[in-house]
Amino acid sequence: MWEKKPVLFLLLATAAILVGTIITMVLPFAWVNTEGDRIATVTPYTPLQQAGRDVYIREGCNNCHTQTVRPLVADVLRYGEYSKSGEFVYDRPHLWGSRRTGPDLARLGGKYPDAWHYQHMAAPVSMIPKSNMPAYAFLKDNQLDPGYIRKCMDVLGFPYTEAEISALNGKTEMDAMVAYMQKLGTGIPKAAAAAVIGDLKNPFPKDATAIRAGEQLFAQNCAACHGEHGDGGIGPELEPESYQDAELFQMIYSGITDNGMPAFSALGSTKVWQLVNYVNYRKEH
Amino acid sequence: METPSYNYAIVRSFIAWSILWGVVAVLVGVLISFQLVLPDLNLAPYLTYGRLRPLHTNAGIYGWGIGSFFALFFFMVQRLCRTPLWSSGLAKFQLYLFNATIIAAAVTLLLGYTTSKEYHELEWPVDIMVVILWVVFAINIIMTVVKRREEQMYISIWYMLAALVGVAVLYLVNAAEVPVSLFKSYSAYAGTNDANVQWWFGHNAVAMVLTAPPLAVFYYFLPKSTGVPIYSHRISIIAFWSLIFMYLWTGAHHLLWTPVPDWVQTLGMAFSVMLIAPSWGSVFNGYLSMNGQWHQMRENYLVKFLILGITFYGLQTLQGPSQAVRTFSAFIHYTEWVPGHVHMGAMGWVSMILFAAIYYLAPRLYGRELYSIPLANLHFWLVLIGQLIYSISMWIAGLQQAGMWHALNNDGSLTYTFMEVLVEMYPYWWIRAAGGVIYLAGVLVFIYNLVQTARSGKPAADAVAA
Repeated sequence: MWEKKPVLFLLLATAAILVGTIITMVLPFAWVNTEGDRIATVTPYTPLQQAGRDVYIREGCNNCHTQTVRPLVADVLRYGEYSKSGEFVYDRPHLWGSRRTGPDLARLGGKYPDAWHYQHMAAPVSMIPKSNMPAYAFLKDNQLDPGYIRKCMDVLGFPYTEAEISALNGKTEMDAMVAYMQKLGTGIPKAAAAAVIGDLKNPFPKDATAIRAGEQLFAQNCAACHGEHGDGGIGPELEPESYQDAELFQMIYSGITDNGMPAFSALGSTKVWQLVNYVNYRKEH
Repeated sequence: METPSYNYAIVRSFIAWSILWGVVAVLVGVLISFQLVLPDLNLAPYLTYGRLRPLHTNAGIYGWGIGSFFALFFFMVQRLCRTPLWSSGLAKFQLYLFNATIIAAAVTLLLGYTTSKEYHELEWPVDIMVVILWVVFAINIIMTVVKRREEQMYISIWYMLAALVGVAVLYLVNAAEVPVSLFKSYSAYAGTNDANVQWWFGHNAVAMVLTAPPLAVFYYFLPKSTGVPIYSHRISIIAFWSLIFMYLWTGAHHLLWTPVPDWVQTLGMAFSVMLIAPSWGSVFNGYLSMNGQWHQMRENYLVKFLILGITFYGLQTLQGPSQAVRTFSAFIHYTEWVPGHVHMGAMGWVSMILFAAIYYLAPRLYGRELYSIPLANLHFWLVLIGQLIYSISMWIAGLQQAGMWHALNNDGSLTYTFMEVLVEMYPYWWIRAAGGVIYLAGVLVFIYNLVQTARSGKPAADAVAA
């Protein structure tokens, strides 16, 4: 019967398609982005941040970077607190992505100092030697257009001040991108740094093997900011034995939030102790 | 019996253009696969991975996939309805608009005009071109079906009509956006809602563009190639209705463990597993149609493409549901495993079926016998090997990547940093790029064979040419 009546067939096929559509796509609107999802500390993007977000979209960063941390042990350890629906209410479009050729960026804000981002964006391999991320140095040469960004803010309905718009004069797409990077994931209070329990005692003081292991870890994780031999750069120069072992361990393990030193608790305590031994007891060249 | 004057010219034109866009898709794919190992190949700002990857997927899905389906639907609908195309003028207009749209897509994507939504990156003016294209196409197909001279609508027509409706609904809903300027818009939906709408679209684009149309092609060209009918009409009916009913529930399997409501994820997972049944309904229907005909796998190169194609469909629809299960998704989602999966579908299933259909049509379109069957066999082996190298290397890479991402030390800390895992991927990415080059070589053999057929093949027997 339906095999001989095209109009009836089209109606039946449409009905078949609409059932799942309505239940799994239309219905969730009743729950998502409602009061129940609301997080008071989540704020809209500023004009500079939104301009950065638009550059992120234009460059297709979402093809390699996700922006959603799953409630899985390894995800939370690597990237931070898992993502909440209410954190994304100002994201039009969402940028959750589908593949992690590069790391997830949902909690990037505040992880590195601005200077790290400027250098990394312009020349990724200068910070992360084996990175395969393209270089985006050209963003420095592109001036922002305040009038256009105002229009974007109006369409999105985000609040802004005239001062914020005029502050865009002379700013580049690179400034916007870094501002956006620093905004990511900061809508909820930062989870307390991993607590260190028990006495902090260097398990292998001045041990040559630990120092050698620490040297490798330093090259991979620290040299980009503190220089190849700890001579300083974005981060300060690191003189051996400037700090007690326990003190240094705390700084590396938990980071120093106020001055841009990231936490390296994800390395695990053994590797952090190896770093402590390298920094404090290495033979200076 | 009187033979209606079928419009084959339009079929020929669409095939030529779709192959051109297919080559673009594969070339860009090979380029970006090398960019992953040699980042200096990123020539900012226009030729970076971030801008080229959407060009690769759009050229593949919309240029090669949809372009070929336009051609094959126009062919099938005329033959199955025993009537010429409703409007040749409209079809001609559609051909021009199709190419204009693909060119506009390529240019705008390289300029960075993108919505960022996967497989729906085109900004609103190009979106409008796509919508007009689809409406024009749908009217022509539906009117031809309405005016048909064969009472019964064959299976292929069901899948065609379902695709027409499905794509229209999906594309329009996901395209809702508010323009800021000619080439910039913001999605009408925000955050979690936007993600859920996007993957309802994204996964059902797979259903309505990369499953229903190639099934329509398979159900037509398998019996045509083997000379024996489809095994079971009843299986066809059950598989068709359950497929188009169940597919639309599954989008959230792309969003497992995200902030999308759990019940939506669970439905997505459950329906994905249930989809094995209708998918394998078609696979079995294909295999059982080969009863007593398996010797054709040796003798008939068309059958080889078709049966390998449906086999990859079968594997794809087992692997897909397994990935849609929460536990396995937690492990392999976001890894290289996923492109391995996708490319088995794109290069194995969809493209194999399209190659077969185009070979079948070649003598009918050009009035000449195929230039070289050995070359067709060479094409078959090159694309098969290229695709297997691609998919298998990515599956292994994905498993290693997932294992390293999730590995924990005794003190509960992560064993590997992100970069320690990334550097392990380089050898696999080289292998994948090599697979892509082999696949590209296969496609070039295919094109050479078709060009030689058109230029210097032996004139075909009259019966075939008609």
